[in-house]
Amino acid sequence: MNFYILSLVKAGLVAFVLLTFCAYLVWIERKVLAHIQLRPGPYRVGPHGLLQPLSDLIKLVTKEGLIPGNVSTGLYLFAPFLAVALALVSIVTIPFGPEFEIFGVRTWLGLTDLNIGVLFILAMSSLGVYATAIGGWASNSKYALLGGLRSSAQMISYELPLALAIVAPILIANTLSFKELAEAQSGFYFGFLPKWHVFAAPFPQVFSFVIFVIAAFAETNRVPFDLPEAETELVAGFHTEYTSTMFAAFFTAEYANIVTICCVTTLLFLGGWHPPFPAEYGSSFIPVILLLGVAGLFFFHAGQTLKTRKWDRFSFPVGGVLSLGLAGLFLIPLLQPILVPFFWFAAKTLLLIFFFIWVRGTLPRFRYDQLMRFAWMFLFPVAVVNLLITAFAVALTSN
Amino acid sequence: MPSEFPIPLPNLPLPDAVPLSWYLILSAILFTLGVAGFLFRRNIITVFMSIELMLNAVNLSFVAFSYHLKSVDGHIFSFFVMVIAAAEAAVGLAIILTVFRNRQTLEIDEVSSLKL
Amino acid sequence: MDALLFLTFAAIAVGCAINLVLQTHPIASALSLVGVMGSLAVLYLLLGGEFIAAVQMIVYAGAIMVLFVFVIMLLNAAAEKKTRKPALRAVVAVPLLFTFLMLVAYLIQTQAPKGTGVKFGGFTGGGPADIGRSLFTTYILPFEVTSVVILIAILGAVVLARKEV
Repeated sequence: MNFYILSLVKAGLVAFVLLTFCAYLVWIERKVLAHIQLRPGPYRVGPHGLLQPLSDLIKLVTKEGLIPGNVSTGLYLFAPFLAVALALVSIVTIPFGPEFEIFGVRTWLGLTDLNIGVLFILAMSSLGVYATAIGGWASNSKYALLGGLRSSAQMISYELPLALAIVAPILIANTLSFKELAEAQSGFYFGFLPKWHVFAAPFPQVFSFVIFVIAAFAETNRVPFDLPEAETELVAGFHTEYTSTMFAAFFTAEYANIVTICCVTTLLFLGGWHPPFPAEYGSSFIPVILLLGVAGLFFFHAGQTLKTRKWDRFSFPVGGVLSLGLAGLFLIPLLQPILVPFFWFAAKTLLLIFFFIWVRGTLPRFRYDQLMRFAWMFLFPVAVVNLLITAFAVALTSN
Repeated sequence: MPSEFPIPLPNLPLPDAVPLSWYLILSAILFTLGVAGFLFRRNIITVFMSIELMLNAVNLSFVAFSYHLKSVDGHIFSFFVMVIAAAEAAVGLAIILTVFRNRQTLEIDEVSSLKL
Repeated sequence: MDALLFLTFAAIAVGCAINLVLQTHPIASALSLVGVMGSLAVLYLLLGGEFIAAVQMIVYAGAIMVLFVFVIMLLNAAAEKKTRKPALRAVVAVPLLFTFLMLVAYLIQTQAPKGTGVKFGGFTGGGPADIGRSLFTTYILPFEVTSVVILIAILGAVVLARKEV
């Protein structure tokens, strides 16, 4: 009985946090891109455009949901639903922190732990092709059809290096469950170098990390591999004909996929929730110091706001107090074993997400034949060689 | 997995454990439907998909027997079936592509002459 | 609980399979086949085959069927043309099929081994570790032969799909 209530609460919490974060990811992306391009970005709705996601949501929901003529209606409506469902389902196997005990209840941050967790994520990501393919096909438009075709070819091709890159760290950790994978990366070499898989003992997984991240860009249809929706040639690719909530569903699915794949990268290569240096050297105080610094920045800027930015006179002190409060939370000994690992997990994932946005602001789009040649002629052989070397090293060092 | 489910289930006359024969009957039904699709449909691709349905049905009985015998062999067999199905799909779809390129049709009845 | 789950997913599988046979458009058939595969994966989980369920989703639903959908989209395959006498065919075939299935069900019901039945968690030997151990010890020769078969299939597909044939 207890188990079911706890699971329901956790599922609700994870879904709520994920969806809210996806909405704010759009804001973060627009802000980061704007600053890369020396613009202020969203600024009008709320302090620093913070209410922009809400206004976008209201706009998207209240728009008329248009179904174009000559589409196969059932499949047309099914595709966005499938996209968002698959994107949300993949998050269930991700653990966000270790086991802990609070008020006599033993639990852990995360919904479930499958012994085929990694395979589950792979399965869901390979099913994600259907959403784009069906959406493109059902729209009955040449742009959408070409976008759908490209996306299925691209996702099948990049699935191979992705899977091969995943296998190498799994060989070292000897498990397919994310929780055990993260636990296998605890501890430090020589007392300071973390045992993350990027630094792992028999053969450091730097190459598979790089291959995985590149393939992840292609799997989530991000720049430089966003050929399915290349707007200069295909208008908007597979979702050209979609409007209103159906478009919002595709959009949410895309961002949820980015969050999931960044979480997976963190768990597979970057040590999950384990700190980058031992607690003896004070790694558990990093979040507090960071938050205090943020609060200081807020108060510093609150003192010297311009008259034209009236919001800031109110919003900066509030932000400062909020970060002070968060810093205080990290100092409570009861909450520390929950919050500190979660902080490290979130910090690594956010850094990766920032990297995704950074690449989008930096690199141009590939041409389609370049994309395919890159996958088959370069990424795939490198992944195979890397896997062979890793397997050889593991076989030599074990027993 | 805790045994006690919070919502009381309706008191249907359902057995506590599913008999093995139910799985086998399901497998037989799926296989027969696959045969029916193979015989009735005239689109080459649909005919090919009916074959995949038959392979799936056989896999289900392999895994069910594996449970009954408490051994992993049935899983290995269905694993091999899947791998061979993948190879078969690659070659088969390439053949379909070639047929379509040469005859501009996917209707199986129209692909009856040996020479073009 | 087990019986309820089995019946739900068996119903989905049979419904999707019937849809596969009845639909005239190949895309609709392909998607129903994906539905069959998904519900079969759930049944594999009930039978304790976690690894096989994952492979079913990755290889069958995620690779083979995507290839089918890709080819259907590439050839822009249209719905089948109507035949001249569909009614007669249905009148004769459907009762025959039904009778045949009842016979088969009766045979299986009487001949199938009587065991304790299938309960979730009754067999836990289907994890990745067990499959791997079996695959690389007892079945190492078939495994290697399969890899050769796949290599030949790749070569065959490439040769067949070339433009000059």
